[in-house]
Parts: sequence; structure tokens; C-alpha cells
Amino acid sequence: MRRGLKITLVSVTGAALALNTAACGGKKSSSGDGGGDGKKSIKVGLAFDIGGRGDQSFNDSAAAGLDRVKKDLNVTTEEISAKPDEPDADKESRLRLLAGKGYKAIVGVGFAYTNAVVKVAKDFPNTKFLVVDADQCQVTGANVEGACFSEEQGSYLVGAAAALKSKTGTIGFIGGVNTPLIQKFEAGYAAGAKAAKPGIKILPAKYLTQPPNFDGFKNPALGNEAAKGQLDAGADVIYHAAGGAGIGVIKTVGGAGKWAIGVDSDQYNQPAVSAVKDHILTSMVKRVDTSVFDFVKGVSDGTFQAGIKKYDLSNDGVSYATTGGFVDDIKAKLDQYKADIVSGKIKVPTKPGA
Amino acid sequence: MTGPMGDLPSDDDKLGLPPADTPDLPPDDASGLPPEEQPGIPETATPDADPAGSEQVPGWQAILRGLGPRGLALKIGAPVLALLISLLITMGVLRLAGADPVSSMQSMIDYGTTSNSVVDILNRATRYYLSAIAVAIGFRMALFNIGVDGQYRLAALLAASLGGAVTLPAPFGQMLVIVAAMVIGGAWASIAGLLKVARGVSEVISTIMLNAIATGIIAYLLNTDRLAANRPGSNNVATPDLPSSGRIGPLNGFLSNLGIDLPGRLYGLLPLAIVIGIVFWVVINRTRFGFDLKISGLSPTAAQASGVSAGRMIVITMVLSGVVAGLIGMPELLGASYNYSLNFPAGLGFTGITVALLGRNHPVGIALAAILFAFLDQSSDILQEVNVPKEIVGVMQGVVVLTVVIVYELVRRWEIRLQQKNVASELAAGHTVATEAAK
Repeated sequence: MRRGLKITLVSVTGAALALNTAACGGKKSSSGDGGGDGKKSIKVGLAFDIGGRGDQSFNDSAAAGLDRVKKDLNVTTEEISAKPDEPDADKESRLRLLAGKGYKAIVGVGFAYTNAVVKVAKDFPNTKFLVVDADQCQVTGANVEGACFSEEQGSYLVGAAAALKSKTGTIGFIGGVNTPLIQKFEAGYAAGAKAAKPGIKILPAKYLTQPPNFDGFKNPALGNEAAKGQLDAGADVIYHAAGGAGIGVIKTVGGAGKWAIGVDSDQYNQPAVSAVKDHILTSMVKRVDTSVFDFVKGVSDGTFQAGIKKYDLSNDGVSYATTGGFVDDIKAKLDQYKADIVSGKIKVPTKPGA
Repeated sequence: MTGPMGDLPSDDDKLGLPPADTPDLPPDDASGLPPEEQPGIPETATPDADPAGSEQVPGWQAILRGLGPRGLALKIGAPVLALLISLLITMGVLRLAGADPVSSMQSMIDYGTTSNSVVDILNRATRYYLSAIAVAIGFRMALFNIGVDGQYRLAALLAASLGGAVTLPAPFGQMLVIVAAMVIGGAWASIAGLLKVARGVSEVISTIMLNAIATGIIAYLLNTDRLAANRPGSNNVATPDLPSSGRIGPLNGFLSNLGIDLPGRLYGLLPLAIVIGIVFWVVINRTRFGFDLKISGLSPTAAQASGVSAGRMIVITMVLSGVVAGLIGMPELLGASYNYSLNFPAGLGFTGITVALLGRNHPVGIALAAILFAFLDQSSDILQEVNVPKEIVGVMQGVVVLTVVIVYELVRRWEIRLQQKNVASELAAGHTVATEAAK
């Protein structure tokens, strides 16, 4: 039956390839309970980028906002995830599907939705749309809101904290996937570190993968290896902007007794890294959840405003976490930087090497 | 490892094949090699120079090259049977996932046949089709071009930046981009072909490696310091947009002249996929080159003996596969996105392998397979809307491929046995007649 074995092998390979490309992501999409709509209830649709709920990062942050919406407001929700091999047209269909089904508040998570949202919004004037991370911080349309975040500002503060806390004088940065978005984190981090301690040595930024391979946001083993490399190079504070792969960074850095800096949410409170939470110096918090919550709230109580909404240090749309109290001794300094950035005295670069 | 994998097909043998082995039949394998000693690599897999029509190709090669039943009734019956079986399995899976199979299927069909969806499905199928044809060219010669993914992405990036950099009057800009993509795709694929011929590197290994290298090169080049346009404050990186004279409009206008009104934008290059399919069929079935290619795949030694240069065939086949791979990104690039960016569809090369397998490497079969896969992918959104996890779509696609592959192979073997039995009984009858006549 050797031949039979070969058939199976080929078939399994073929199927595995199909599944590989088709079944990215991994978490079951949850949704509202469907029934039980009260009179004032609205339906909220959330269209994720690749990865979807469960990526321990950006999408999860949006999902957290949605969960809060579900708890606090009388709404039904629906989530749909993207496929990795889709062009803009598929994103449009996804939004169109949600809008056609009567969802009154629709969120596109990720800059890739910008064009699709602007286009679809024209056809559904009574539906309100939000793009998280609006591309080039621009949206058009009377029913479209774009949320954009100044990640570089928050990163500047954690960069300063890293430099001030480093004993070896060497710090590191690990990015998930090499995209302009993650480069903003790197740029702000390096600028903040240099401002706080001009002689600081910042290791060359390590990006886990290159697009279109988005494993760098998912695979903790990659973060693990990269963190080992930077620890070996003498870094004693490492900042990650690598989503789920960053779990590996934090565990490795924490296991070695050095400082890790978290990203997106306050990772000190995250169950996945609770074993090493005493080694999480701080986290660069990006309030994607707030932007989703505010948007839905605005739609449901009629205070929705179209156009760009900036989330930066001035409105705590980005910030640094103080949980654990590890940065209490340098808090005054960090707050001074923060005030200077808010007042415009410090201009934080958005591109590395600038 | 041999446990589950070894058991499964033997079960299927019992299940699908009547115990047709009459003891007076000659053994299947003319080579006389015990099955364990049959080498598993394409070059030497068919050492038997059996010129007869009912040549025994190892099962996995038959699957790759799309050999199937020969009779027309079985040609139609086999896929229908396979689809029915996979439909049943899918219903079962849906049931297990806690969904109502009938209503889920209903909503899939309802959503999949809306005119918006039809446009999306046709566009998606166009991409799958080109990708699967690129893969099928290699399969026909038992070459496993896994590098289609890297080939089309690299070709799309470089062709997009070339098209964005120069402005030519109407047909020439488009032609420049398309030809450039074909040349780049072919050149990138030729590396794997040359490595195989010159150094004996398995094309499976080298094309996987070349995919990774292509990703690295693209990441290096798609940078504002190099090929990408400067877009301040953007989270995306993209090549400069093609000039408006260098784009290809949607087919919708043409179709509405025919009385078919569709929303959205149907790829203007959809006809290109059809043309490629026809060319593929003609070249494989009606030319000397296609004959050489098929023969090289069926029996490299026989091909060599009849004067076909195996090395030359490998390189040419890989290049042709890469040339078609270069086209995969063109409908999207010229008809919708106008640039290569982080949002450009990725991973189509891998879907193409499955679609080619499902379509039996036949241009019509691939077209049907591409449309089926596109339909299933399209329905992933609506399934999520009715609370079925989107991963079910991947399961469905896997089930379809597995059943089609298994059913085809079983039907093919059954048909061969049937033929052999007929021939044997006719021979026996002839023998009796002859001996009686002699008396």
C-alpha cells in the first residue's frame, strides 16, 4: 500500500496548503446575542484586519472596546475578520454586507480599511463609520470618523524611561512586522532615549518579519529568539511593538531578570505574562478600545462627529503605564517630557533615523 | 507516522474498489519492482518504459498531473460524486460546529449570488485561475512550482514601479507593465529551473527558498528611499500610482452593452485569464512542445530516448510557469489598486496549488475549481455573520480537495482494472475460439 501512502501524503499536503492560506487567525469569532434588542438598541459591526480577535494586540484592543460597548450600552455586535489574500474590494464587500444588514455603527480596524470605508460610506449615508488608524490621518464623508494615534509620542516617553533605567547603557527595540506603523514606535522610542540620555546605545531595531508575512505579530517564538539576541548584545531594557509575538519578548527578557516594556495595553495586567510582570517596566498604551467605545457611544446618543479624531498624549489616547510602580522615581521627568510634547516644545519624529 | 496515513488509503481501496483482482491477471506494475523500491522522486519514478496506453503511473503523480478516468461518463460522474460526498461531509462539519447546515448553506448561496458577490467572486476566481494555471504548467511535467507566490509578488512590485515611473500612450503603458511582469516572473522562476538542471536542486526546496528571498527583496525595495512613493503620515507603503492612461477599465461597461448590468468593478483583464487558459490547452494538447512536456513528465527516460532534452524542458517549463505567475497580480494592479502596497493580495500562489489540484490541471476544470473556491471564500463573511466561525470555509475547501482527489484516483483505478478485465476476458474468449477452430 505504498502507493496509497503517497496519495495521502500529496492530498494532505494540498489540503494543508489550502488551509494554511485560508485559515489564518484562529479564534472563533464571537458576536452579540442576536435577539433581545430593546427599542433604542443599535447594531454595531466590527470588521477586523488580518488576524482578527485573539491577536493579543491591535485587533484585541479594538475587540476590548467592543466588549465594553456591549457591556455598557444596549447594542448588538457582530465581528467579521479579513482574509490575508484579499484586495480592497473584499473589504468593501464586508462593510457593504454589514451596512446592508442594518448595522448602524461600523468599525474598520486598521489602515487598510481607509479607502474601503470612505467608498462604502457614500452609499450608506445613514450609517456611521469609524476607521481605526486612518491612513495618512485623512477621511472624507459626513458619516465617517477616522481615529489616528500618535504612537511615536507614547514611545518617546517609554524610550526616555528605558534610557533612564538602563544600567548597561544599552537598550533594544523589537518590532513585529517592518511597516511604517511600527517604525513610528521605533522612531519615538529612539528619540526619547537619546533625549533622556544622549550617550545611550540603542541596538539596531530588530523586526521579526517582513510583510506580507505577518507572523511577526503572532509567533512568540520569534520574539523569544530576537530578545535573546538583544540580551546577548548587552541590552537590559527592551521595548517591543510586536503584538502576540511580544509575549515571547517579555517572557524572555523577564526570565533573564531585565526590563521589558509592553505595548498597546497595560501588559502588567495581562494574564499571559503575569509570571514575569515584575519585569515589565512600563507599557506604551494605545487606546484603540477607547476610540471604538467613544465612536459607538457617540452614534448611540447622537453626538457623533465626522472627521479625524486624534488620540495623542494630550487626551491620553496614548500614554505610558505606571502600574507596578517601577517608574515612580522618574515620573516627574517623564511628565515633563509629556508636557513639552503636548505644548509642542518637543517634536517627535515618526520615521527612524530622523 | 505510518499508522493513520498508511491505513486510510487501504480502507479506501476496500471501500471504493470491488475485489476485482482475479488471480489470472498480470501484476499491475510492469517494472516488477516491489512497491517499496519504487523511487519517490519524479526523475526516476517511472523507469518502466511501458509504451502501452494503460501505463501505470504512481498514484501521486497521476494526481499531480490530473490523470483521471478516460470515459466521458466517468469524467463527468467522478466530480459530481466527489462534490456530493464533500457536500455531505461539509454539512456534517457544520452540524458539529453547532450551526444549522441547511440554513447556513442557504445563506451562503443567497449571499454568493447577489450581484455584488458575483463580481467579487469572478474577480477572485480570475486571480485563482491565473495562479492555478501557472502551477498546472509545472504539474504537467511533474514539476512542483511552489514559488508562484514569490514570482507574482516580485513581478507585481517591479512592474508596478515601472508602470508608475513612465507614462506612455494608452495601449503601450499597459503592455509595458504586463510584459515586464511576465519577464520578471519568468526570470525569477528560471533560477529554480537552472538550479535543478545544473546542480540537481529539488525545485520544491529552491522555490520555497526563493519565496522567502522574494519577500526580503520586496521588503527592501518597497521603501520610500527606493521604489515606494512618499506618502507623509501614512501607515501604508505603496509604489507610485499608475498614470490614468496606463490603467485598464472595468468590464462593466462592455457587459452592460450586452445587457448584463453588474455593480462594482469587474476586472478588465478577466478575458486575459480566459485567453491564458485557451493557450495553455492548445500548447499542451496541440503542439510538439506540449507533447514533449507531457512525455517528460510521464517518463523522463522515454523522453530522453526520443531526443527530448530533459534539462531544457525543465528550464523552459519553469520559465513558462513563472511567466504566467507574473500575470497573477496584473488584473488587480491594472484594474483596481493601481499600485503595489502592503495591501496587495498575498498568498495567491499557494491557493493556486490547491485549485490546480482540484481542477485536475485541465483549463476547464481549473476554471470551475477557481470559481468554487472563490465562492467559498466569498461566503466566509456571511458565515461569520450567521455565527459560523470563518475557519469552516478552510475546512470546506480542504474537504472538497480531499474528496475530489481520492474519488478521482479510485475511479481511475477502478476503470483501469475494468479495462484490464475486459481485455483479459476477450483474450481468453479469443483463445477458446481459436483452439476450437483448430480442432
